[in-house]
Formats: sequence, structure tokens, C-alpha cells
Amino acid sequence: MKWTRRDLLIGLGGLPILGAVWWAGAATSVNSRKKRSEILEQLNIKPSLPPAVPGIGGDPVRIGVIGFGIRGEQLTRALGFATDEWKEEMRLAAKEDPNNKRLEDFEAQERLNVKLTGICDIFDVRAEKFINSFSTDDNKIKRYLNYKDMIKSGDVDAVVIATPDHWHAPMSIEALSNNVHVYVEKPMTHTVEETYALRDAAEKSEAVFAVGHQHRQTLSFSTARDIVEKGTLGHVSLIQTNTNRNDDNGAWNYDIHEKASPETIDWEQFLGPAPKVPFNKNHFFRWRKWWAYGSGLSGDLLTHDYDRLNCVLNMGIPASVSASGGIYTHNDGRNVPDVIQVNMEFPEFSTGSSQAKGKEKGMTFCYSATLGNGFNRPTILMGHDATMELGNRLTVWPDSASTRYADLLEAGKMKPNVPIYQYDPVAGSTDVVSSATSQYFADKGLMWTYIDGVRVDATFLHMREWLSVIKNGGNVSCGIKEGFDEAISAHMAGLSWKLGRKIEWDATNQTLKPIEGIDFDQVLLANGNWNIQPEMVDEVS
Amino acid sequence: MNQNQNKLKASVTLLRIFIGWHFLFEGVVKMYNPEWTSFGYLASAQGPFEWFFTMLIGDTTIGWIDTMNIIALMIVGVTFTLGIFERIGAFVGIGLLALYFLAHPPFPGLAQINVEGNYWLINKNLIELVACIVIYQFPTGSYFGLDYLRKTNLKLKSNEMD
Repeated sequence: MKWTRRDLLIGLGGLPILGAVWWAGAATSVNSRKKRSEILEQLNIKPSLPPAVPGIGGDPVRIGVIGFGIRGEQLTRALGFATDEWKEEMRLAAKEDPNNKRLEDFEAQERLNVKLTGICDIFDVRAEKFINSFSTDDNKIKRYLNYKDMIKSGDVDAVVIATPDHWHAPMSIEALSNNVHVYVEKPMTHTVEETYALRDAAEKSEAVFAVGHQHRQTLSFSTARDIVEKGTLGHVSLIQTNTNRNDDNGAWNYDIHEKASPETIDWEQFLGPAPKVPFNKNHFFRWRKWWAYGSGLSGDLLTHDYDRLNCVLNMGIPASVSASGGIYTHNDGRNVPDVIQVNMEFPEFSTGSSQAKGKEKGMTFCYSATLGNGFNRPTILMGHDATMELGNRLTVWPDSASTRYADLLEAGKMKPNVPIYQYDPVAGSTDVVSSATSQYFADKGLMWTYIDGVRVDATFLHMREWLSVIKNGGNVSCGIKEGFDEAISAHMAGLSWKLGRKIEWDATNQTLKPIEGIDFDQVLLANGNWNIQPEMVDEVS
Repeated sequence: MNQNQNKLKASVTLLRIFIGWHFLFEGVVKMYNPEWTSFGYLASAQGPFEWFFTMLIGDTTIGWIDTMNIIALMIVGVTFTLGIFERIGAFVGIGLLALYFLAHPPFPGLAQINVEGNYWLINKNLIELVACIVIYQFPTGSYFGLDYLRKTNLKLKSNEMD
């Protein structure tokens, strides 16, 4: 059998095509990978791993919960205890939507070595719910009518405080003075004065004090810290961070319980140091809407964004703060603003520079919030060399005029519109985004819905860390120093909005620069804008 | 008639090689990129079979799906470019394209994610699928391809036996 040349040409003509396509495909893949690993090598960013926390050994930590409202229930779940009502609700929710994995996640959560021993809630319904759900024959949970009784009972090693803001400091100070460990919700305090008093109490106490900024456990933030420290972004001159909500819950118009009455609520104790007003369900359930008990956007939501960035940059208290805004979306009797813009100045701060020494210094932190629109504006750190979007996922884009990446940009190895680094903590993989497609999917949040199901609750990690430090010593990631920075910065924003002027911080003396004729705490506690002074409205009674 | 037949053979051969080229390139690019995954494509599936495609993205299944996809792409690519066993290749290609089509069907009311044109019911996946049917019905490997050598070989052998 012999092939003619013609036979071979017809028979094997496809081979060179196959070879060429194969070579081109392999070369494309290998080259783009090489290019990416070259960039990754140069950036040398280390994605953070979950911190190893020493176990919570020995006798269980005996915990008393103060405040069992919306957040109190969430914190108790993070400790491993969910009410029967919640479980039933989640069972039904999972039935309706198989993607709702909250009950499954809760049940998969690691058990913590804790014992609930006491509850203090001034609304009978909530206290009874706590006892009915968690009290057992082996462990009878006691209800306390006053937080002091609980702290001094000797039956609690630690307290979890999830009350309105005006009770955070008095309760924390009482607990710390009795060497009872404290986990308190944010904002840490309600006034400037309290912030100093609480710092003193925490420093003197042997107990462990933690503020509930659970996002300090988010792995992307520790990775972001590494990115900034390696000079990836160059000098960051502007941070933009935002709150966007457009629903009743987001505007703090929570449900009012049908059983609420002067008989079931200890109104006098709710008010505490706040101005005496007649019993008011609206104030009790929706306290975040009034300066007398809450702190509005600056204390409630700015603190999240401020501490998130303080955790990444460690920039501390701003030299000055100016804020503006108003009640523009929910004119329903509230006196805290629902739209606010806060500019914090850090003139001495720098994340490092790739340019001539001294050319770059200083940064503005710009917080913009509305409760009248839910469009997702991401948090952006804007540096001379690169821009970073900070969230659960991180994305870094080079800047077209970057000094550090000038050569790589010139050589076409980097492109300003193509991310040079992307990090997704749950997918467990780091990757330079290679295509517009994957970028698109990521942006759409399509990866998120799926990942949500296996995500670990940051609040659980935060409380576990606190409990571990109680047993083993060490430092919590959001303690009194971080809480002090957060509280002072938030109060500066609130004061600036109320006074309509710039509030300055004297870093040397660790005090707010005084303004003649103004008592800061009086302003902070007063209702509404200091200059306008609207009436306190009691439309629901 | 014979000339028309030859023109048709030449045209279908060209079609076969180009489709093979396309599949082969897609397969090779994915094969040489260990980070590639169909996760995003499947996770964003839409339409009546969304449940099926999202079922495939589990931790245990996704690796298999990715490997199977690469193998299938390579089978179509190799058989079409070389011109041998192209009916098997066409069969695999039809199956693969049907899956791609159903994962992101151009049905009215569904958002068209990541497409470069405008489509209504018919899109390029479906057109390429029909092209694969043509190749299945009209094999050209014996006209240009390895199949020519195989067939000639068989013919020679049977001649020798006579």
C-alpha cells in the first residue's frame, strides 16, 4: 500500500491547522497567566487567613444579656442560642426559598463554651421570650429588672449590651467597675464626656472590653490592610464611603409590638438620663430616630464605615470634621438627619508615596448617606497609583497616571480599566481578573448569592474572639482604643451637623478644641439641629 | 451535477474546519488555564432550565463539569479539524451547544448577559448547532481529512484481496 503525495495532502491537510490552533491557544493561555503572575509577584499581596483563636476552655463563660431586641437576638444567636420563634420563621423561609440557608448556617455554627445565666430587658415580652427559649431544667435563667442587679449578682462573668445608645456607657462602666467582661454594641458612647469616662473604666478594669464592630473579623479588610501597607495604592488622598437605604427597616421604623404598654415596659428605666417625656411606643421601639437615645446616621451607620477604614488604615481621629444634611426623606417626627455628608480631614496622614518626598500628604474621608435611595455605591480608596474598591470582595485598578506602575502600563502589561488584583475570601482564591466576563459576573454580585450560603457570620467570629481573650488573655480586635477613636469621630460628625460648623480635634491634649459658649454634650443630647430646635413629636402614644 | 457536488463538499469542509477551529481554540485555552472554571457561566444561568445548571455548581461537581466541558470541546475540535469520526464530533458538538443555548437562552423577558449583539429566540449558539447537524448529515472527512486515508486504505486492502 502506497500513498501518493496527493493522498497525503488531502488526508493530513487538517494536521497543520490543528497544530496552529493548538499552539495559539496554549500560547494565549500561558502568556496571560505569565503576565498575571508577574503582576501578582510584584504586588506581593498576602490574602489573610482566618485568625487562629485559642480555644475557650474550662468552665463555660456565664453570660448575661442586656437588651433582647433586634440586635440582642442576633448577638445571642452568634453565641449559639436562637429562639424557637426565629427557628420556625427560618424553617418557613427556607421552605419558600431554598436559597435561604440561615437556619442551616446557624445549626452548622461551632458551639461556644458559654452558658446564658441572666437576662435584663425592660420589656416583659422580650425577657419572657428569652427565658422561654433558653431556660432549661439544668440551667434556670434569671430575669433581672435592673442591669446593676445583674452585674452585681455574681452569677454573670460577662455581659452583652445591646440597648439604645444612651445606655451603652453607663452599663459598660458599671460592669467594668465590677470586673465583669463587656461586649457592647456601637457606637460605644452617646456623649463626649462618657467616652473619656468609659476609657478610664476600661483601663482600670481587669475585665475584657470589646466593641461590637464585627467587620474587624472580615478577612478582606485584613487583606486590604496588607495591600495598603505594601504601597499598592500609593498615596490615598480620598476615601469615599456610603450608606444607601430606602426602606422602613433601614430608616429605623421598626415594628411596634402589640403588647407594648406602660404595664409591660419600664418606661422610667428606658429614659434613664434622657429628658422626661410621657410613655411613647414610637420612642421605645424606634429610638434610633431621636438624639435623646440614639445618634442618627453619624453614630449608627457612619461608625461602621469609619471603623472599617480605621481597621484598614489605622488613621485615628480626624483633625477636623464638617458635616451637612437634613431630614429630607422621612419627615415623620424624627430629629436625627436622614441625609448626611461628613468630611473628615486627616492632613498629616499618608499611606506612603511613590513620588518625590513631601509632595503628597493628607487625606479626606468622605461619608455620604441617604435613607431615601438604595443604589449601591461602593467604598472606594483613591490613591495616586491605584484605586481599591473595598467590600467583602476587593478589587484594585491601576491608575493611568501612576508613577509606580508607569513601566508596566507603558508596556501594556497593565491596563487602567482592568483590575490588577481581586480577592474573594470565600472562594478562597486570588486572581487577577482576566476577562470582562468574570468582572461582569463579580460586579453583578452573582457570585455572592451562592457564596452567602457558606459564609461564616462575622459577629460569631467577633464574639468568639472576645470569649477567647476572656479565657486566654491577649487583645480583642476592637477594644477601648478603637472604640474611643470611633466614638469621638462620630460625636464630631454629630456636633458638626448640629452646630453647622467645623469641629476640631486637639491630638496633643486628646480633646475637642473648645468653641466659646458651647457645651458639646449639651448640644449632642439636644433634640434636632442646635439652631433649629424642633419640638419633640409624640404622634404615637 | 458533479461540479455542484464538489462545490458543496468544499463549502461544508470549510464550515467543518472553521467550527473545529473555534471549538479547538476554546478547549485548548481552557485546558492550559488551570484557574478557568464554568462557575460564573453556570451560576448566572437563566430560563426554564436554570435549576439544572445551578445544580451543577456544587463543590464536588464543578470540577467534573469543567473537565467534561474541556474534553467535549477538544473532541469536536480534533475530529472536525482532522476530518475523522466527525459524526461523533458533530453529535458531541450538538449536545454541547444545546446546553450552552439552554443555559442562557435568548428568550424575551430574560436579561441578555454578556452578549455582543441582539437576539430573539435564535442566537449564534443555535446557528452553530444547526451547522453541526449539517456536518453530521454530510461528512466530508473522506473528501478532505484523515478519513480519506482510512477509506483509501480500506479500498486498497479490499482490492488486494480480490
